[in-house]
Amino acid sequence: MTAAIIVFPGSNRERDMRLALEASFGRAPVMVWHRETALPDVDLIVVPGGFSYGDYLRSGAMAAHSPIMREVKARAEAGVHVLGVCNGFQVLCETGLLPGALMRNASLKFICRDVHLRVERADTAFTGGYQKGDVMRVPVAHHDGNYFADTATLDRLEGEGQVAVRYCAPDGAITDAANPNGSQRSIAGVYNDRFNVLGMMPHPEDATHALLGGLGGKPLFDGMAGALKELKGAAA
Amino acid sequence: MKAKVHVTLKSGVLDPQGKAVGHALASLGFDGVGDVRQGKYIEIDLNDTDAGTARARVEDMCQKLLANTVIENYHVDIEG
Repeated sequence: MTAAIIVFPGSNRERDMRLALEASFGRAPVMVWHRETALPDVDLIVVPGGFSYGDYLRSGAMAAHSPIMREVKARAEAGVHVLGVCNGFQVLCETGLLPGALMRNASLKFICRDVHLRVERADTAFTGGYQKGDVMRVPVAHHDGNYFADTATLDRLEGEGQVAVRYCAPDGAITDAANPNGSQRSIAGVYNDRFNVLGMMPHPEDATHALLGGLGGKPLFDGMAGALKELKGAAA
Repeated sequence: MKAKVHVTLKSGVLDPQGKAVGHALASLGFDGVGDVRQGKYIEIDLNDTDAGTARARVEDMCQKLLANTVIENYHVDIEG
């Protein structure tokens, strides 16, 4: 399996993502500069965290119109799996691949600390390494992570099972105190309606090695590796 | 011609920055300050000579980039 990581001016988590993917996939991902217009044949495309284009205008707004994003959008629409983390989630919302928007944290503060996330479903290509209801501990590092969508959209996301992960207490309880940024319904990550695109604000790639302080994100990468290998085998 | 674009949060979208500005105004002693909402103001110089065409182009710019219509409204004024 091969993954590609899209690199924008201002991306800063692409090397963390590269290490996490390499450890689980067994081969290094291809790094693709945002000015490219074509992607190699890959099983997963990752839009990493950072501050693409300095967050000018809105977080992710400029990156969403980078030349490579046309190709990412086309691949996603063709069924290729796409993961966006932090700024990558913002970019995927701005491209319209994911519903909603990420607004300024309710506290107005940049938040950089570990949070707990509850896995809402384990039957997707991203979450097979977890059980439904599992709680993972991973860091967040963002200023604009306050997930917003209108009530009708939120109801639809919940009805269709498109909420991927929610901020929770260590025991999995969804509480206001455990919601770091004011996100509607404690949403930390969502799927598109075909479940081949996942965006999330927290950084699973930064919890994939004991040296980093935890392994909470490791099952996400191992689970993706397993699921994408199986999909590839079925297609072959 | 010049386009003047105001981008504002939709009603119903919480604006923590506007709220903080409101609190700051109150703490400075300004009475009678109600809801404060903040937004963006963008000026664009255009080569267009026809106001109608200019407006249509700027509205397209708003849809594609200047505003995120999930959370924001926009208002375009054309001058010159």
